[in-house]
Amino acid sequence: MTASSQSPARPAVRLGALARWETLLVILLVGLIAAGARMSPFFISGGNFANLTSSVMEIAIMALPMTLVIIMADIDLSVESMVGLAGAVLGTLVVAGVPLPLAIPVVLAVGALGGLLNGLLVTRAGLPSLVVTLGTLALFRGLANVLLGPTVISVWPDWFTSFGFGTIDGSPIPFTLVVFLVLVVVFWAVAHATWIGRQVFAIGKNAAASRYSGVRVNSMRNWMFVITGMIASLAGIILVARFSSARNDNGTGMTLTVVTVVLLGGVDINGGKGSIPGVVLAVFVLALLQNILRLAGVSSEFQGIAVGLLLVFSVIVPQLARQTRGAVDRARRSRRPPAGPIASGEVTA
Amino acid sequence: MTTARLQLTGISKRFAATAALADVSLELLAGEIHALVGENGAGKSTLVKVIAGVHQPDAGEIRLDGELITVPNPAAARERGIAVVHQEPRLFPDLSVAENIFLIAPPTDRFHTISWGEMRRRAAELFEQLDVRIDVAAPVRGLSMADQQLIEIAKALAIEARVLILDEPTASLSSHEVERLFTIVRRTSERGVAVLFVSHRLDEVFELCDRATVFRDGRYVTTAPTSELTTASLVRFMVGREVSLFPKEATTVGAPILEVRNLSDASGFRDVSFTVRAGEILGLAGLVGAGRTEIARVLFGIEPRTAGEVLLDGRPVEFRSPSEALRAGVAYVPEDRHQDGLVLDFSITNNITLPILGRLFPRLFLRARTEVEVATQFSERLRVRMTGVDQAVKALSGGNQQKVVIAKWLAARPRVLILDEPTRGVDIGAKVEVHRIVSELAASGLAIIMISSDLPEVLAMSDRILVLHEGRISEEIPRADATEERVMFAATGQRVQAPAGTGASSVH
Repeated sequence: MTASSQSPARPAVRLGALARWETLLVILLVGLIAAGARMSPFFISGGNFANLTSSVMEIAIMALPMTLVIIMADIDLSVESMVGLAGAVLGTLVVAGVPLPLAIPVVLAVGALGGLLNGLLVTRAGLPSLVVTLGTLALFRGLANVLLGPTVISVWPDWFTSFGFGTIDGSPIPFTLVVFLVLVVVFWAVAHATWIGRQVFAIGKNAAASRYSGVRVNSMRNWMFVITGMIASLAGIILVARFSSARNDNGTGMTLTVVTVVLLGGVDINGGKGSIPGVVLAVFVLALLQNILRLAGVSSEFQGIAVGLLLVFSVIVPQLARQTRGAVDRARRSRRPPAGPIASGEVTA
Repeated sequence: MTTARLQLTGISKRFAATAALADVSLELLAGEIHALVGENGAGKSTLVKVIAGVHQPDAGEIRLDGELITVPNPAAARERGIAVVHQEPRLFPDLSVAENIFLIAPPTDRFHTISWGEMRRRAAELFEQLDVRIDVAAPVRGLSMADQQLIEIAKALAIEARVLILDEPTASLSSHEVERLFTIVRRTSERGVAVLFVSHRLDEVFELCDRATVFRDGRYVTTAPTSELTTASLVRFMVGREVSLFPKEATTVGAPILEVRNLSDASGFRDVSFTVRAGEILGLAGLVGAGRTEIARVLFGIEPRTAGEVLLDGRPVEFRSPSEALRAGVAYVPEDRHQDGLVLDFSITNNITLPILGRLFPRLFLRARTEVEVATQFSERLRVRMTGVDQAVKALSGGNQQKVVIAKWLAARPRVLILDEPTRGVDIGAKVEVHRIVSELAASGLAIIMISSDLPEVLAMSDRILVLHEGRISEEIPRADATEERVMFAATGQRVQAPAGTGASSVH
């Protein structure tokens, strides 16, 4: 029994080192950079780097908590509406004369509260997160509509807007990228170096056994929604700063892109598997792809198609890989028996 | 001597590098009930699958009533009159009982449409022969596991089976359901059907079967009439060495650790009181559904209680989650290892440290070496057979997985350990080891509650036995007075006329 279960595992491990998802993403990245460099002389320039990174930073930031949420076998579809609601609350407060340094923490608190609502509905009412956050997707957007209506708030202090699209003096590094990188370090450490991360993976693999092992499953899920809501409101603030405008439709359609990035980063939609480095790589794959499509003059409608294809690709490829591996194992097993009689003579002797 | 109904000779079957069956033989006579026993991995289920046409043997021949046959697929087995009843009945829950029975070949009228009346009539007739009352027009969904197994047997009768194979049919049945099943199996064999009974439970083998064949590690060991075997000799054939079944150590019983007073939950049990002391093993016996697991779930903080109190070291406690129970020192080895006991994809190390991560690493950051040390210490103490502590638990055998679950709780250093069916689905060698471990734990001062449907196990391991019947304690039996009969009577709600002065428990 042991031999039969081990022999297929051995080649899989050897293959695994080569065909790790992250390696694949690095190859994809290099290919995209090569393609971009060939396409335009401006591609490899500080200005373009700042441009292409800052254009995906809201998505990138939200992809980090979303990674942990999906690893825990939950999902949060409401993040894009929280982006809108955060902008609406920020705009409303600023128009009412509240100074920005005071308004920003309030917005973050709103994000955390929205996340808490998601979390409580999922853990206390026992509803599937897919349905709960589909509901709050509409709810948060509705609140943004009520707060702002058709008004666009576009009067912001200079320091705020230059944080949104500016770069660190004398370098092509956007401020928002710094925010993202700080969050990457935090999420990386939590997910892969602390026992909180271990529990996150355990919950994703087997929530019942985790609970029986003393993991506070519901409390963990709850907190993860709170953090996701709060980070989504931070993304909302960054988006307002970058476009110098708070509108009720800020962030529309972003959830799809966030989930795409997470899955492209190698996170299993069924939970239990994934890594922060993979998702960070996927963020840059997305940024490069969008940038190249734009340089090639592809319209934004077609860029949407590209994101959709990427999502399908990142779900299908691992699935195909699993099936191929299974088929290879089966083929290997069925090829064995002809050699059997000789081997059996040795074994039974 | 008559020709055997089913004769298997020199059957071999390999999977990759492993010989699942090596040159085994088996002979089933018409009208006999024949047991096939062996530890997990002995090749029992592979043989069943060869007979049923699921696997093709690499070598050997199969003869049915003297005629050489091949069984290329399960349909061919059915056509030849070979019926298999699996451990988990495989029925269509939304179809009626009658439809399930005649799924393959429903009776038709002259327009080739299904004749429903005829189908129901014939189905009812089958159950009449079995002396079972069941509504053949009702859907299967909602019927008990036991009833579903009877439907499988009726299916076998419907094809006028010559060979009936029962693969661990009693695993999820209560004891009176087992009795009913046995009656029906006997009746079936009296009709000339050859019955092959695959089971882990040796007492059932002796009760039901005429002869027994033993396999070990994919090889044939022996065939003998059960009248010439004893439990000890059968076990010796199965494991290939002498084993003393239950090495229960003498313990010094200490102070009360856990006291339960008039505890009730929403539906499972009512007004239950008992005390467990340090060093003591309290056995919880009773039929499936008597409320044993429900008590454990309330004590471990999974389900809320509705009345009563629980005292730990004399202080009242109420756990709202397993994590609270754990922190107070109550650990629970759940009934379903795969679902609740282990994260199968995780390594042995990660499973063992999961409950104590916060304690091991108060500053949040993991240290691989500390984890490996802890895991090595406890998995070696329990003698988990593994390639290393980094091995995934899904690659371990059932017995070793169970040892990992127990190791996990030992690392958490509990005061009270609740074991729910700790040896279910575990082979005899590993079972003995689990018993040794539990006994050692009691000796080291743990208070242990052991839930088990395995009567010999309960009798041998427990210092006291609490028998539950329909959610209430029906009797508390001290070790010295415990017999299988007495426990069974209490479990079914009756009482043996006990000699005056003994058995009357004071907990009521």
